[in-house]
Amino acid sequence: MPGPIDLDEVASAELEQRGRYPWRVMVCSSTACLASGGQAVRTALEQTTEAEDLVHDVQVVPTGCMGLCSRGPLVRVDARGSDSTLHGDVTAAMGTAIIRSRRDARVTRETDGSALDMGMPFFARQRRTVLANAGLTDPDGIEDYVAQGGYRAVAKALHTMTPEEVLAEVADSGLRGRGGAGYPTAKKWALLAAATGEHKYVVANGDEGDPGAFMDRTIMEDDPHRVLEGVILAAYATGADRAFLYVRAEYPRAVERLDRAIRVARRHRLLGRRILDTDFGLDVTVRIGAGAFVCGEETALMSSIEGRRGTPRLRPPYPTERGLWGEPTLINNVETLANIPAIVADGAESFASVGTAGSKGTKVFALAGSLTNTGLIEVPMGITLREIVEDIGGGIPGGRAFKAAQTGGPSGGCVPAHLLDTSMDYESLKALGSIMGSGGLIIMDDTVKIPDVAKYFMEFSRDESCGKCVPCRAGTVQLHGLLGRISDGQGTRRDLDQLESLCRTVRETSLCGLGQAAPNPVLSTLEHFRSEYTDLLTDQESSDA
Amino acid sequence: MVSAHAQATPTGQRRAASSGDHEAGHPSGDERFAIIDKALTRGRYAQDHLIEVLHVAQDVFGYLSPDVLHYLARELRLPPSMVFGVATFYHLFSFDPPGAHSCTVCTGTACFVKGADEIVGSLQETYGVPPGTTTADGNFTLSTARCLGSCGMAPVVVVDGEVRGHQTSGATLEAVGAALGDTPGGSPEDA
Repeated sequence: MPGPIDLDEVASAELEQRGRYPWRVMVCSSTACLASGGQAVRTALEQTTEAEDLVHDVQVVPTGCMGLCSRGPLVRVDARGSDSTLHGDVTAAMGTAIIRSRRDARVTRETDGSALDMGMPFFARQRRTVLANAGLTDPDGIEDYVAQGGYRAVAKALHTMTPEEVLAEVADSGLRGRGGAGYPTAKKWALLAAATGEHKYVVANGDEGDPGAFMDRTIMEDDPHRVLEGVILAAYATGADRAFLYVRAEYPRAVERLDRAIRVARRHRLLGRRILDTDFGLDVTVRIGAGAFVCGEETALMSSIEGRRGTPRLRPPYPTERGLWGEPTLINNVETLANIPAIVADGAESFASVGTAGSKGTKVFALAGSLTNTGLIEVPMGITLREIVEDIGGGIPGGRAFKAAQTGGPSGGCVPAHLLDTSMDYESLKALGSIMGSGGLIIMDDTVKIPDVAKYFMEFSRDESCGKCVPCRAGTVQLHGLLGRISDGQGTRRDLDQLESLCRTVRETSLCGLGQAAPNPVLSTLEHFRSEYTDLLTDQESSDA
Repeated sequence: MVSAHAQATPTGQRRAASSGDHEAGHPSGDERFAIIDKALTRGRYAQDHLIEVLHVAQDVFGYLSPDVLHYLARELRLPPSMVFGVATFYHLFSFDPPGAHSCTVCTGTACFVKGADEIVGSLQETYGVPPGTTTADGNFTLSTARCLGSCGMAPVVVVDGEVRGHQTSGATLEAVGAALGDTPGGSPEDA
């Protein structure tokens, strides 16, 4: 059996390799940039480097998401001894020009105007922990991850900490679940640690189903080893011996990269038996979904991992008591797990220094809709929505006005303009009738009709209802019908009353989170935008204030 | 409640490799079943690998025919009702042959806000097929997806596997027309 990885050696070899090139040219190869022509740019960069005989001078690195998707394809140049430059809206011709500017040691006209100000709020206001490597490293190389300090947390935990100490560190950090509900992570871990079974399982939930959310996809695609490191640490702290990464089938690249990361990690003795020559061992397997939103619910997810229909069941018993194949199981969101390496490596205090009293650390948001800058951001918890929309997002384009921000997808709600100064943390959003959710953040301008949005989400919940319980299966159909009638201008006050009362019934009596949360987009918009509904009623003259 | 059939252990091994109560492979001799057999072997014929194997079968055949589903039920020793039940539960499995060309319109929230519905409407009108169906000549399939995760470039469509961002109805119709060689299957006149 080969010896375990020597982290220092791999890191210094990688850094030395990088140091040989005066120029490191990073080209974003994530989905959005590829869709806007990123592949042609990468080819141009590589071919020109070759053609101009600069292969010892310029290192072209395909990286993960650089964040500012609306300006893609993005190319970043790190030149030794000078500041980094980030180019936006890069074409193949500009890619060629960028490399030639290295040859000629001067900037050519072709790249004029493409340089983005890296001090702009979109970049300056972010604080990257989970996404620290995204856009800077090659996701397929374990060397890159190790050179950035990767797997140090696993080495530290396995060699110098007891499982109880790792758990205590996570407890002290105040980390809460990033999948939406915000349950304290260490509390869940403690339940699994205390449970006994023939096997104990850790599951990374990568079934990111909210339409408008792509945080977890980016984390899995761009830094798969960080996810694995989080899983290893979770398993060590809780005494688990098997782990699954459950990824939705719509993310084939994430599946491929996680699979490769697992193989490479095994080869380096970071997985399998006797990890890093300790007594701790862990097997990790990727499981693929097949397109069912409800599988993000933990009991449905387990059912799907077992190869069955992804229908939820009543809790308790919670998965930490009775999970996969009846054994104790811990299910954490991918982003939650991706926070663990930094907590263990740098300590709970450093993590807890960011955020608010009740919501520690950072949160990744997928920023989309009517905004100048859209893409992926990671910001400290407690940042205001206004800062995200106006500073980071660059405001609403086309002279339109901000109307509402939708958080939490089909389970969440809308935040109206007069509440733009809301702090983005679990409690504040909940108090408004919305939720933090997994991080989808859709900005809507004043052209959007709110009842249409509510109808859109209800259609989604109706389609995704698994059909097991009546309130959700039949209720979402009725709610969608009522919303349709109202948004078509055919509704009456009675319809509106029925809509509200049925929303409460579905919320209170559904079996799982999908049904319980399905009325949220309706209830939250009724609270903040009631007149948009009442104005559409046929008997609106009697609508009271 | 959990059916007895779903109690396979993660490592499976329910089926002794040497159990010889039926001939290996599919009676038709269709070589594509060999690829499925390989996937079954890789999963050690464990019943909890059903979804993985369904993915492989759909990749190989393009869709899941009753014949393929019965074959999987037999090989995994699962009741056909369970195999059909699982396959029909998940949206990504399809039971009709796909068209030669395809266009998938993302209808995720960001794309919805930016007018994905109009794009679906214009495709439906031009080719005379509602989403999720194929033209009568089998040339073109129109479908929708719940978020392709490229919300930064909404609205997004995928034409024959190629992702296109910042779309309008006109741009998408042009791209689909080009993919079909400007001879739309089931043209508006035929509809």
